Amino acid sequence: MREFGYQKAADVSVAVALLDADPEARFLGGGTNLVDLMKTGVERPARLVDVRELPLNRIETTEDGGLRIGATVTNTDLAVHPEVRRRYPALAQAVLAGASGQLRNMATVGGNLLQRTRCGYFTDVTKACNKRVPGSGCPAIEGEHHNHAILGTSQHCVATHPSDMGVALTAFDAVVSYETVDGPGELPLADFYLPVSDTPHRETALPPGALITGVTLPPTPVAANSRYRKVRERASYAFAIGSIAAALDIQDGVVRDVRLAFGAVASRPWRARVAEQMLTGAPAEAVSFAAAADAELAAARPLAHNAYKVRLMHNLVAAVLTEMVQEVAR
Amino acid sequence: MSTTTGAHGKVIGLPYVRVEGRDKVTGAARYAGEVPFPGLAHGWLVLSTIARGRVRSLDTAPVLDMPGVLAVLHHGNALPVDISWVDPQLGPPDATLGVFQHDRVPYAGWPVALVVAETSEQAREAAEALKVDYDQESHDVDLSYDHPGVYPLVGPLRPATEEKGDLAAELAASDVVVEAEYTTGQGHHNPMEPHAVTARWEGERLEVLDSNQGSPFVAGALAQVFSLEPTAVRVRTEHVGGAFGSKSQARTHHVAAAMAARILDRPVRVVLTRRQMFSLTGYRSATIQRIRLGANPEGKLRAVEHRSLCQTSTTYEYVEASTMMTRMMYDADAHHTANLAVRLDVPTPGFMRAPGEAPGSFALECAMDELAEKCGIDPIELRLRNEPERGPISGREYSARNVVACFREGARRFGWAERDPRPGVRREGRWLLGTGTAAATYPMHVMPSSASVTANADATFTVRIAASDLGTGARTALTLAAADALEVAPERVRVEIGDTAFGFAMVAAASAGTRSWVFAIRKAVAQLREQLSQGAAVPPEGVTVMANTFAEAGALHHDDKERHTYGAQFAEVAVDPATGEVRVRRMLGMFAAGQIINPLTARSQLIGGMTWGISMALHEEAALDEATGSLVGADFAGYHISAHADVPAVEADWVDDPDPGDPVGVKGIGEIGNVGAAAAIANAVWHATGVRHRHLPIRPDRVLLAAPSA
Repeated sequence: MREFGYQKAADVSVAVALLDADPEARFLGGGTNLVDLMKTGVERPARLVDVRELPLNRIETTEDGGLRIGATVTNTDLAVHPEVRRRYPALAQAVLAGASGQLRNMATVGGNLLQRTRCGYFTDVTKACNKRVPGSGCPAIEGEHHNHAILGTSQHCVATHPSDMGVALTAFDAVVSYETVDGPGELPLADFYLPVSDTPHRETALPPGALITGVTLPPTPVAANSRYRKVRERASYAFAIGSIAAALDIQDGVVRDVRLAFGAVASRPWRARVAEQMLTGAPAEAVSFAAAADAELAAARPLAHNAYKVRLMHNLVAAVLTEMVQEVAR
Repeated sequence: MSTTTGAHGKVIGLPYVRVEGRDKVTGAARYAGEVPFPGLAHGWLVLSTIARGRVRSLDTAPVLDMPGVLAVLHHGNALPVDISWVDPQLGPPDATLGVFQHDRVPYAGWPVALVVAETSEQAREAAEALKVDYDQESHDVDLSYDHPGVYPLVGPLRPATEEKGDLAAELAASDVVVEAEYTTGQGHHNPMEPHAVTARWEGERLEVLDSNQGSPFVAGALAQVFSLEPTAVRVRTEHVGGAFGSKSQARTHHVAAAMAARILDRPVRVVLTRRQMFSLTGYRSATIQRIRLGANPEGKLRAVEHRSLCQTSTTYEYVEASTMMTRMMYDADAHHTANLAVRLDVPTPGFMRAPGEAPGSFALECAMDELAEKCGIDPIELRLRNEPERGPISGREYSARNVVACFREGARRFGWAERDPRPGVRREGRWLLGTGTAAATYPMHVMPSSASVTANADATFTVRIAASDLGTGARTALTLAAADALEVAPERVRVEIGDTAFGFAMVAAASAGTRSWVFAIRKAVAQLREQLSQGAAVPPEGVTVMANTFAEAGALHHDDKERHTYGAQFAEVAVDPATGEVRVRRMLGMFAAGQIINPLTARSQLIGGMTWGISMALHEEAALDEATGSLVGADFAGYHISAHADVPAVEADWVDDPDPGDPVGVKGIGEIGNVGAAAAIANAVWHATGVRHRHLPIRPDRVLLAAPSA
């Protein structure tokens, strides 16, 4: 592999200055994705700026009753945090559904949001990929794509975003904080990932050289009754083929508030706003759930070998919401 | 101190921890890629990215200028090697051994260059920077039953077709007929330890430190390739971190390392990456199997037809002979089997755990389950009704055939009697539950081997045999077998393995390793004890006896008995029809496998085989990118193997399998745990859902698409 420099950043301003000075440098968090990609030649940074020990590892309640999660909080620490488990259980479940214990001990919140797709064409430098080499083509569209995206795709890329955590954060309207040499900034997660369009290599709206410093969850009462279900091709240690973060508030048999986000169906965690709108105020019953799922999935553009995902997501919406209704009833 | 024998009680059949276990868990055990060598250089292979064509040019100059780079070997500067020889048993070698001998590219992942550098990292960086230009030709990688190139295999190991009786007539006269096509995905061995070899020349002698299943076989091939006397090549393998057939022979990296070591006149190590292993170390071809079973209303078979197609490369014929189990398991008046192949522009497949029997048992034992369903007969009862008296094709008597005992004891422990035969009627929350069963069998061979036993002056014994321990516990089993034969405590026996200096021995493959090695060790021990019984004191240098079983093994090979192990596999699964998830809840395998030497490691090996069955049934399948003719996702992220969470309560045990007609008594257990396991799971999925899945792996997308619409 390519030789690279390594530097541990003492504080946030040093970190962003180092990256600003070297366009070939990359931030290193837990390294659970970046180091793999360096081994396979997908990423070839000249220098790694290690940010894992920056003082961004706290989870704090915000003044308005939300939660601020530091960027270097590990997946493990996030998943076991009492406030996360109590107020945003789907987030804890999503994190625990990902990777393995060893990886969760290393992986960080900031790195999780910036991890790259696991598309087999992207991770193999001998193959074409518009995300890795713009303009080289997307062989997945005619090739192996049974676990590729069905929503928000373009003719240039059909890769999925692999994060579980991001799906729950998306459902709960998280806001990403970052720092650049020009000062701090914020991006709602809804605007954080760019549409695929003809620029699949441009994945986020972060300014160049920006360091994610944290994620803020607004107070979201409905999130206290939430869950995450992940379907994958083996029982553990695999990326999703379809997942769902759902939060539900029912009163008198009617949906008062609902949050739905899908994983493994798009280039980003997919907020199911169409379904949410249809469900809000609707009877909390199977027919509504199915109709809402179908409405959301009407935009799906499946390929030859991933059409099953439409049925999978339909079933997941119906199954998870029905299960939540039944639990409320008990 | 006297070197006595005959003073110790029972050793065989008692659990015994691995003799090298402490070394392995403390890291003291060194694997082939870890052993330091003074002056070691590191080679890194460059593989083709096209599936067919020619290497037009390699831009070596910039790579040679990179830090630490010593050489770039390719077809323009390679040493000539010989691959024109023909092994009397195995036939000609795979042309892939002719490393860098021409510019043709016969498949994606074909070796086109070796970059050698001072460090492994420098070699890798330079190898990945090497620009190779190709003249690309259109390729054919599409395995299909209707491919015009389909032919019956012609290799020397196994007959292509076996036919007796009038198939059409018996099928027409059958009251019940099952006709189905079963397909299996392309499988890859993926041992945890990648292939690694270090080669060093001393004059005209070649020394090789390796990770392999049989040093004598690697040495033999290298001697041929480099035109050396067989005794001029010494190959050693100490610890092996898994092999499963992928390390059973000399391969590209052996030849490339030896060639580079010759040219550079220093030791050269070549280690394969996970991705390189997908094209250079063999794999199990996908199969397309067509089965027709005809039976009378009571389920008695009248007609059996099993035709299986696999792919092989254009450089070598390796056939996944999936109909072998059918030739052994059930008889019928009409009995037709055929192993077919088609040559494609793909890497050469090869032996992978339970070659033939693994995919073959899936098709056959699922078809039997379908026949039981159609006849309205319990699947175990159907098999009992079709127990043959003699080998269906060979007409030979069985030396021991205890499959019925396996089914009876397995059914009792599994709780089969309470099973409701109706499919799709058991629900537990979101899960549908079902159980399934399947038979297993694997042939038992004995191959010639030689062993030496030394009585040392300090009252210990040293056994030397060129066996390999793939991590299975073979070294420990041989220690126990030798101690048993000597009638001494195992602690007084030291077994040295893996070195061609110890003579010829069977490769650790085909479930015949331990069986063959024990046969030779017992003979050597018997001769040693005869010698020691003369009463003379053991001199300081000890007393050594060397014996081989060349004559005995040959005689056994040609006797008139069918010799096999057997088993009955049971599985319970849960299927979520809304998501397509399949979970195995429990498995039980009962086996009849002769004398079990070490129950501790034997159970592990059988459970390992059954776990492989879970993986094959639900997870493993390489993905082919037809446009490039290469695999996509060829790594542990893309190629799924069962994780721990997929492997629940898996229990393996055995019935008594006395076999007085067998001179060894010890049989092999390397493959039998795998055979039938995937079929039992697939049959359980049917019992859970009422839907037959005839393609492996049974992935969620396939379950979802096969399920009735919600």
